[in-house]
Amino acid sequence: MNRFTFTSAHTIDEALHENIPGNGTRFIAGGTNLIDLMRADVERPDHLIDIRHLDLQTITDTEDGGLRLGALVKNADTAYDEKVQSRYPLLAKAILAGASPQLRNMATNGGNLLQRTRCYYFYDTATPCNKRVPGQGCSAVGGYNRMHAILGASDHCIATHPSDMCVALAALEARVVVMGKESKRVIPFSEFHRLPGDQPHIDSALLPGELITHIELPANGFSSHYQYIKLRDRRSYAFALVSVAVALTLEDNAVKDVRIALGGVAHKPWRNTEAENILKGKAAEELNFRNAADIILQEAKGYTYNTFKIELARRAIVRALAEARDLQAPEPLNCYTYNRHHQL
Amino acid sequence: MTVSMTDTWTNYIGKPVNRVDGVAKVTGTARYTAEYNVQGLLYGMVISSPIARGKIISIDTSLALAVQGVKKIYSHENVKDMPWFDISYKDMNLLPGSPYRPFYSNEIQFSQQPIALVIAESLELARYASTLVRIQYEEDVFETSLEKNIDKAFTPKKGKAGFQKPKSRGRADRALKKADVKVEADYYHGAEHHNPMEMFVSMAIYEPDGSLTIYDKTQGVLNSQSYVARVFDIKHRKVRVLSPYVGGAFGSGLRPQYQLFMAVLAALDLQQPVRVSLTRQQMFSFGHRPITWQRLELGASREGMLQAIRHSAISETSRFENYTENIVNWSGRLYMCDHVKLDYQLVQLDVNSPLDMRAPGAATGLLALECAMDELAYTLGIDPLELRMRNYTERDPEKDRAFSSKNLMDCYKQGAEHFGWEKRSYNARSMRNGKHLIGWGMASGIWDAMMMPARAEAIITDDGKLTVSSATSDIGTGTYTIMTQIAAETLGIPLEDVTFALGDSKFVFAPYEGGSATAASVGTAVWNVCHKLKDELFSLAKDIEDSPVKKYSIDDVVFANGKIACKDNLEQFLFIADVMQRTHTKSIKKKSADLAALIKQMGYSRNTHSAVFAEVKVDEDLGMISVTRVVSAIAAGNIINPKTARSQIMGAVLWGISMALHEESFLDHQFGRFINHDYAEYHIPVHADTPEIEVIFVKEDDPVVNPLGIKGIGEIGIIGVAAAVANAIHHATGKRVREFPITPDKLL
Ligand SMILES: Cc1cc2nc3c(=O)[nH]c(=O)nc-3n(C[C@H](O)[C@H](O)[C@H](O)COP(=O)(O)OP(=O)(O)OC[C@H]3O[C@@H](n4cnc5c(N)ncnc54)[C@H](O)[C@@H]3O)c2cc1C
Ligand code: SF4
Repeated sequence: MNRFTFTSAHTIDEALHENIPGNGTRFIAGGTNLIDLMRADVERPDHLIDIRHLDLQTITDTEDGGLRLGALVKNADTAYDEKVQSRYPLLAKAILAGASPQLRNMATNGGNLLQRTRCYYFYDTATPCNKRVPGQGCSAVGGYNRMHAILGASDHCIATHPSDMCVALAALEARVVVMGKESKRVIPFSEFHRLPGDQPHIDSALLPGELITHIELPANGFSSHYQYIKLRDRRSYAFALVSVAVALTLEDNAVKDVRIALGGVAHKPWRNTEAENILKGKAAEELNFRNAADIILQEAKGYTYNTFKIELARRAIVRALAEARDLQAPEPLNCYTYNRHHQL
Repeated sequence: MTVSMTDTWTNYIGKPVNRVDGVAKVTGTARYTAEYNVQGLLYGMVISSPIARGKIISIDTSLALAVQGVKKIYSHENVKDMPWFDISYKDMNLLPGSPYRPFYSNEIQFSQQPIALVIAESLELARYASTLVRIQYEEDVFETSLEKNIDKAFTPKKGKAGFQKPKSRGRADRALKKADVKVEADYYHGAEHHNPMEMFVSMAIYEPDGSLTIYDKTQGVLNSQSYVARVFDIKHRKVRVLSPYVGGAFGSGLRPQYQLFMAVLAALDLQQPVRVSLTRQQMFSFGHRPITWQRLELGASREGMLQAIRHSAISETSRFENYTENIVNWSGRLYMCDHVKLDYQLVQLDVNSPLDMRAPGAATGLLALECAMDELAYTLGIDPLELRMRNYTERDPEKDRAFSSKNLMDCYKQGAEHFGWEKRSYNARSMRNGKHLIGWGMASGIWDAMMMPARAEAIITDDGKLTVSSATSDIGTGTYTIMTQIAAETLGIPLEDVTFALGDSKFVFAPYEGGSATAASVGTAVWNVCHKLKDELFSLAKDIEDSPVKKYSIDDVVFANGKIACKDNLEQFLFIADVMQRTHTKSIKKKSADLAALIKQMGYSRNTHSAVFAEVKVDEDLGMISVTRVVSAIAAGNIINPKTARSQIMGAVLWGISMALHEESFLDHQFGRFINHDYAEYHIPVHADTPEIEVIFVKEDDPVVNPLGIKGIGEIGIIGVAAAVANAIHHATGKRVREFPITPDKLL
């Protein structure tokens, strides 16, 4: 851990103006990711701005019938929010699939979007990593890459984005509202996270110094037919090997609208609109689900230890679509019902 | 008239007594090593090697030393005058070879080897300064892959303490050829690190007279004391090591870890108190359960009688010590079989020496043996439990002598009954619940019932209060509680009047807490010393005028309910405290005697046994596995406290599940480094993975092992569990996965 200075911001303006762009300054929210990275000497900020007290702590309705999630609302409070549970159960379920109750009580919505990869080599400064130090090389390509990407990776980096919440947000086509010193921007979720390409050290479209203020959810929450399936090495407190968020609308047993987002397989939550479009209008049946899964995974590429993810993802997509289709009135979610009834 | 159990409320042995240290632990008054503070404490941060093998070319500490509050930085460059001889660094665990000596030279022998120690006025400063030290290395070629170096396997000439050379018997090669039915299978499991919740930490306080008071996380204060005394050439009596509470250790505290050396080094040099604690990542820098490859070959008659067993194992060790464990030996001891061939080899790699981890050797060996037995059962078409019963042996077939006691048969029977084994349908993939395949599997376990020399000291005062002490430890197992029970019952005084003290090198000798031997060894010493007190109290009682016991011998009285009473007339009694007061005896102090009973044991094999039954459900398409039910039946002699004992077994079962499904320190051969070195990526079961665990202790009276019939239960609970789970997975899915842990991808 390095030496750093620390201030607490009370207004958004203060937070933005304290910020010296570049590597020197970081916002700190729940700290559940940033502090770990600082301890591992991966993040070495000179200055921390505590944003926990900013007025971004509520969940409110938007004018167009959607929901606006404050960036500093805790993951747990978001998942248990009545509006989220009734209108966006997919989001609630994805959040509850992540981390542990203690972590969700600390972690914020903004921080969740910006959490960094869990690639072992990224966390271990004794090993080369392009994401940590551009140009060093990637240790995962020839190393233990069981948790790594099968889609959209590059030779420079095969890391995955570890978030569960973001997979649901990708399926729901959320928007990320960010503030810079000068202006506010609204970034569509599909453009928020990026693929590694030859600049794996950049995770997202957020510019240095910008602050996430809100996440906006469009009106359609797909609350009748949805599913979030998370496959992992233990039943809680592990990152996804593969996860699938499905949002579905049916009409006469046919797919009217569908979104399929994958987690644990790429540098960002993975969508393939081509596959989704092909599925639209088709009967909501396994054969068509399988076809969609095949299209999504057409370009998938495995490495020494993660080739299994391709077949696992295929089966998980089919399962998630079928379960979304068959969904009966769901019960309210909490971590107990989640572990009892929603685990595989 | 005799005293019956029911009217004697000071009978504590065998009762589910609450932990005597429970309240202190849940209220935070039980202080662990890192929680002791003293004025002027300095903090150490260890710098670990990023490379697996090579040399340190230079260490530039100038930037780090320039930071205000940084006191000193130690490395091989400035640590001189340390002893040369290996013998000075040997500990009670006695590995053959040349023990690792911190800061001894510029040579790097394993990744994460400690390179330097930064001492500063705060932990944060030390941690920060450690990032400013610039170290240059010259890297050498290294080998960390067991698989690639299997051709370099050799049979170790000498083993560590407790190692028994595997003994073959009969003509297994020939018998195998002639056997009606054969199975042959290879098994592999990765490395595991102990990872107790509490990280390793030592605090050394330099006293004005040059002596040292050390708080250490260890399983044996005397082991740490003698290590420090020898390495730093200080008289034993000037080194006091304390370790009253230990937050788990599982074997990792059987050897003094390097932070002890470092805290002492700095405290002696700076003549100030120093605390050195490791990070979670550094918990992966020392010993581990070794990566092991095993081959099992079983030959049997059509009726399922074993005709031959061939068991070979190859494990990794470091280049500087031959860590050896009893992996294959159990295969010659568990079943009746005339032809057994055992082979155990090591491969030296550029890693740190492995280290005993709960049921070292047996957890590994029985994983393979008991999976192979299941494979044999399915080759023969015999129920797996039935197969084991057919090959049951009442005598130890290896040493050809009787067991002091063996009630594995009741483990099988009661375990099966509680589990509902008879409702099992034999064929694989024949039980399901919707999309889940259900599987039931079982396995047996065996472990040694050891006794080691140990002593206890007891003082009773005229207020009737008893204090018993011994330099043993309680690594969370319940030592405090069961020793209190034994002392209280033996003297017949209330539990509340008894204090048991441990974890202090000033106390009388006890070995480190390992091998499941503490309850038996220290328990017997406590029993013995309390009997000595009894004798003395009794002779005092006889001296009292009008004493009701005047005409009695000690065999005709009973010590119970705080009194000495006549067996033939319980109304005739003296209060123990009164005896002392009336004879003006302020206190009586006794030390336990060395026990002659050890001789009696020699003629017998002494073992604990278990049968474990597991249920799994496996998502057929997605390969997700969960263990839904476990029944563990244990035959381990007299159970002093069924409550703490049950906790031991439950924890062990969970660890067995972990071995089956979750746990592996992944050794990356690009860097020769364990790479998943934190709790987020080193997976052990969490609550959501924890099934219903039923623990049964079957009755086993054993007059041979020790007067109380204690065999020890710290390790038996984990043995066989991983095999039972793997066998259940086969029953559910029809797949044999022989590479552990069985992660979901292996079932796709
Ligand atoms: C052991 C463990 C297991 C976990 N398992 C899972 C899991 O299974 N699934 C899952 O999804 N997550 C998991 N997590 C991750 C957890 O969800 C994230 O750590 C958490 O969401 C981060 O939120 P935070 O508020 O603590 O972020 P912080 O640690 O405070 O910040 C993270 C990053 O975001 C930046 N930041 C935070 N807020 C803002 C803002 N408003 N604007 C701009 N920048 C901002 C910070 O500067 C920092 O770079 C796990 C974490 C741990 C430690
Ligand atoms: S996969 Fe990405 S994060 Fe991991 S080592 Fe390679 S570059 Fe670094």
